[in-house]
Amino acid sequence: MCLAVPGELLEVKGDDPLTREGRVVFAGVMRRVNLAYVPEAGPGDYVLVHAGLAIAVIDEAEARRTLALLDEIGPETGR
Amino acid sequence: MTGDLGLSLNCPVPDPGGECIELAHGSGGLLTHRLIEDIFRPAFAESLDDLTHDGALIDSPTAQLAFTTDSYVVQPLFFPGGDIGSLAVNGTVNDLAMCGARPVCLSAGFVIEEGFLISDLRSIAGSMQSAAQAAGVRFVTGDTKVVERGKGDGLYINTSGIGAVVSPVPVSPRQVRPGDRIVVSGDIGRHGMAVMAARENLGFEPPIESDCAPVAVQVLKLIEEGVPLHCLRDLTRGGLATALIEIARTAGVAMQLEQQDIPVSPPVRGACEILGLDPLYVASEGRFAALVPSQASDHALAVLRAFDPSAALIGVVQDEGAPGSVALRTLGGRYALDLLACEQLPRIC
Amino acid sequence: MKHLDEYRDPAAARRYADAIAGIVTRPWTIMEICGGQTHSIVRHGIDRLLPEGVTLLHGPGCPVCVTPPGMIDAAIAIASRPGVIFCSFGDMLRVPGNERSLLAARARGADVRMVYSPLDAVTIARDNPDSQVVFFAIGFETTAPATAMAILQAESQGLTNFSMLVSHVLVPPAMEALLGDPACGVQGFLAAGHVCTIAGYRDYEPLARRYRIPIVVTGFEPVDLLQGLYMVIRQLEEGRCEVENQYSRSVRPEGNPAARVAVDRVFTVQAQDWRGMGRIEASGLGLSERYTCFDARRRFPMVVPGPERESECIGGEILRGVRKPCDCPAFARRCTPERPLGATMVSSEGACAAYYRYRRPALESVT
Repeated sequence: MCLAVPGELLEVKGDDPLTREGRVVFAGVMRRVNLAYVPEAGPGDYVLVHAGLAIAVIDEAEARRTLALLDEIGPETGR
Repeated sequence: MTGDLGLSLNCPVPDPGGECIELAHGSGGLLTHRLIEDIFRPAFAESLDDLTHDGALIDSPTAQLAFTTDSYVVQPLFFPGGDIGSLAVNGTVNDLAMCGARPVCLSAGFVIEEGFLISDLRSIAGSMQSAAQAAGVRFVTGDTKVVERGKGDGLYINTSGIGAVVSPVPVSPRQVRPGDRIVVSGDIGRHGMAVMAARENLGFEPPIESDCAPVAVQVLKLIEEGVPLHCLRDLTRGGLATALIEIARTAGVAMQLEQQDIPVSPPVRGACEILGLDPLYVASEGRFAALVPSQASDHALAVLRAFDPSAALIGVVQDEGAPGSVALRTLGGRYALDLLACEQLPRIC
Repeated sequence: MKHLDEYRDPAAARRYADAIAGIVTRPWTIMEICGGQTHSIVRHGIDRLLPEGVTLLHGPGCPVCVTPPGMIDAAIAIASRPGVIFCSFGDMLRVPGNERSLLAARARGADVRMVYSPLDAVTIARDNPDSQVVFFAIGFETTAPATAMAILQAESQGLTNFSMLVSHVLVPPAMEALLGDPACGVQGFLAAGHVCTIAGYRDYEPLARRYRIPIVVTGFEPVDLLQGLYMVIRQLEEGRCEVENQYSRSVRPEGNPAARVAVDRVFTVQAQDWRGMGRIEASGLGLSERYTCFDARRRFPMVVPGPERESECIGGEILRGVRKPCDCPAFARRCTPERPLGATMVSSEGACAAYYRYRRPALESVT
């Protein structure tokens, strides 16, 4: 449920808290996204988008940590 | 469309200065003639001999002819990368090409809703002329009808086409053999996404463009280069998955596709991810799949890549497997692709 | 696509599958409550990558599936009224109420429009001042903030022709209802990553303690799911029952504060009927007093959602994880995506739809 997709925030428009919008790029297509719930997001950040609104800023450090956890569990054993 | 609730049974006297199609335009009289002269003849003038006869006489260039028909009801009528007119030309041209035939001539039937803008009709007719020229076909006959306001979705077009079969061997699912490779002529799903995005105002920037285009040149080149073509199929309604499932069922073979090899352009990929759609089922209007013997597959790919670098080898007809099945190999193994019950809809869940 | 493709890496997924096999010493039953996770698991064969003895159950994680049929009937009734433009996510259009669907209503002349975002419905209201625009607000905690923002924008723009039919549901009460059932055999949970992106995971801590059950907030891609499963199983093997966060790149313990503030302002928690499961206390959202003027049920008081009708559909048992789609006598026979008997087959996130699409018997023998 809750299809939310990460995209790169390119630019921010507007100051009004309710209608602050950004252009977010997903692979090769851009769409305007409401940024009211990510006031801290700025160009270059990756945001998680659901139903036309950004619901989180992707934490790059945590993302790296998540992927690095792989190293803890050892190599593929080819079962 | 908001329409009048009262319908007159009589054909009202037409407004001579009007910009819209009226019932009288379809009655066969003065206004029909004006329509043909003002719009259709200029658009098809280079190719039409005589629009006023009931039919056209065509010299048959080969012993065997291909014949196809299709009706076009797309909404919206105008979309990025094309319109109902170019779609009506390329769709039928491509159906002929899928038979291994060189397209020769087309007919065009128009069902126009009362109130349709004449300027839009002119634009669409022009589009059809350009598309026909690009595809190397002529319109040789046509028909126009007008229906009452509220009884038609703006405009419907039917095009039928005749082609000269040039493939040395019949192109059909029955020629498909285990071991055949499956090649696709370019990245998939642009048309379906373009039309859906335009129709539903999904707001993509830049707008996704339809891939509506003739593919006869590619097919003729493959034939010219001596590539054996067991089967050809365009990837229209239902997309790549539907086209291959239909072939597999008719041919009674099993196919396996490699998910990672199927070409999808970044805009289509991004749009499908956002909307939760599977590009395998999204229509293309300028792409086709070819099933060729394995020893000819590299050659076929090279020919197609010269037209579009995104052409790719995507799968194989297996030696064993449930007849009629098309499996997709992905990360966790493989699963059978199935026909969808209905068109995919964007989702948020 | 960055932050997506990395989590679809087959090699990484298989490493986690191997790691799980390496630590498992006895059978475990784990449930996920998220249609998107169900879909991803079945499609990528995640459950097949797990060692025998680890059973994955699919819980009531599809908000489309749990929307009461009476609510859909109400939607159709409103949409069919003249002068109404009814806006809905694509997900809801094909789901049958007690009889037919919104799409069928559209075929009969109702002005039903699909939108990608509730904010698009606000735009439609602005552009069509002479029509009453109604938005069908469904979804879990993930979607409620979007709906809230639509209300806040409509309020700020002074729109008088905009209203909502609200049917939002909350996950923790459903989990508690499941855990409270003595027949429940679930030993560990994967919590829905996007729900927690909004709501955080503090609400799960009392559940983990009270029922002594590990809960791992998990994402949706294959590597996320397997990493989440690894973390749950590791806890089970070690006898721990804590809340952990696999989806830390998107989920913070407090969730999204701005979104939560908006939801708390616009909505209030209330009892809710879940299709196939009955009424669960404090499990849904309704418009708060300040915003009841935007409630479509007030604007159209003649429309009253009716009760759920009995049917052959065992969707309720499937949503509770008690039975699987293939257990249903009607599955793939009388009930298919073309002729669905219930929501779990027609919703793209429904367990039955996922099984029908990705687990075709024709292929089982070939693999």
